Amino acid sequence: MRLRVNPIGCVGHGLCAELVPELIVLDDWGYPIVNPGRVPDHLQTHARRAADACPTLALLMEQD
Amino acid sequence: MSTIGAKAARRPAMPATPVGLPRVLRALEHGEPVGLARHMEVHGAVPSGLGGRALIDLVEAAGLAGRGGACFPTATKLRAVRKARGRAIVLANGCESEPLSLKDALLLRELPHLVLDGAAIAAGAVGADEVIVAFEAPNTQARDSLEQALQERRAARVDSVGFSLFAAEERFLSGQETALISQLGGGPAKPTFVPPRPTERGVRRRPTLVQNVETLANLALIARHGAGWYRELGSEAESGTRLVTLAGAVASPGVFEIECGTPLASLLAAAGGIEAPLAAVLIGGYFGSWLPAARIGEIELSNEALARHGAAFGCGAIVALSADSCPVAETTRVAIYLATETANQCGPCVHGTAAIARTLHGVAEGSPSPSAFADLDRWAAELPGRGACHHPNGLARFVATSLRTFARQFHDHAANGPCDACSAEAVLQFPAGRAHALAGPA
Repeated sequence: MRLRVNPIGCVGHGLCAELVPELIVLDDWGYPIVNPGRVPDHLQTHARRAADACPTLALLMEQD
Repeated sequence: MSTIGAKAARRPAMPATPVGLPRVLRALEHGEPVGLARHMEVHGAVPSGLGGRALIDLVEAAGLAGRGGACFPTATKLRAVRKARGRAIVLANGCESEPLSLKDALLLRELPHLVLDGAAIAAGAVGADEVIVAFEAPNTQARDSLEQALQERRAARVDSVGFSLFAAEERFLSGQETALISQLGGGPAKPTFVPPRPTERGVRRRPTLVQNVETLANLALIARHGAGWYRELGSEAESGTRLVTLAGAVASPGVFEIECGTPLASLLAAAGGIEAPLAAVLIGGYFGSWLPAARIGEIELSNEALARHGAAFGCGAIVALSADSCPVAETTRVAIYLATETANQCGPCVHGTAAIARTLHGVAEGSPSPSAFADLDRWAAELPGRGACHHPNGLARFVATSLRTFARQFHDHAANGPCDACSAEAVLQFPAGRAHALAGPA
């Protein structure tokens, strides 16, 4: 699984970077920069939780 | 065999199978749209009886790749649309929003039948009964020429598919395929998030084959002369010819058809040579890369060769920038233009492109922010891939290559302000009346 942002839907709440800081950092304007690699096993739950918690449902967990 | 087809070269009676260049531009006359009679005389009729699968195999064997800039294999797209559920639509994309590129406008204006042939063949291959030809609304010559051509084709009963025309908005992103589909549905000229891909769900939610008009013109020739003929020009990896739009300090700028892999120096010579010592050459339009003048002799115009210089062919627009021009003023104006052409929907693009434009402007004016160069490097690195379309990638690439190629000039402007050449007439053009909002984009 990989994380991907729908940049049209994202408004920069920044919740995702708080929930999985290992994979997501924020840019100068608060928009997420997502690690494009595979989500490691030990972070799957956190990543899933971040995707579910996104207020605009703009963070996606996608199959490879 | 010549490797450069001079623009508007008039050819005598055609051989049965044309040899060498030009190919796509073979029927071109001097400024007049080529009518059906001359088109048939030069190219002959499209062979009938070529089934969809066979045609797609032929396109694959020819190695045809998209000529809109992304170089996506045409056969792969054709297969995807053919396989998709529902009646397909073909969208011939002639919205050449890149201001430096004139090739698609030339094709629509002067060689409409070759484009329409290709679109009809593509429709047959994917099982579409409908073709939409899109162009930018201000391009009324394209509309006139296409209407005339369609009238001729109806009278001669050339086609079995229906054609319609669509005048798209004149915006940099207007021809981006999802933005074009959005407009066809009555929406704004803004890209949409994929998936769904247009090949699955495009115009009226039907599988849609979006192809650049130069790609379709090549398709029309491959259907006539075959894959082996197509590969007589170009290389194994990049077959055939490409249309390039050459501008700047050359004696005879314009649209040229070149064999893939042609040396840049040969193209410049075909355009009558350079008119002044050059500072650098921009390859690939405003999403492209600068190559310093000292390297002109090493450069061949194929993606394989350009990649070694960190460049790509893109839309095929090439600008020879004279050493008398100010690269800082030129590239800053373009960055501001591109920033104002954001679709205004993805945060990183809206904020990132504006910040880059504003910061570059500060550098160009001699009043840089304290961290200007570090900020520009970081933003250019962070921006790619963070929009729904490639707009932020393109701007980031253009700014990064400009800062790298003209580092000395940018630092000189940051320290000393505008130079004497800053006020010279712009070489890098964009549509009038836009992007003059130099007073800090928000």
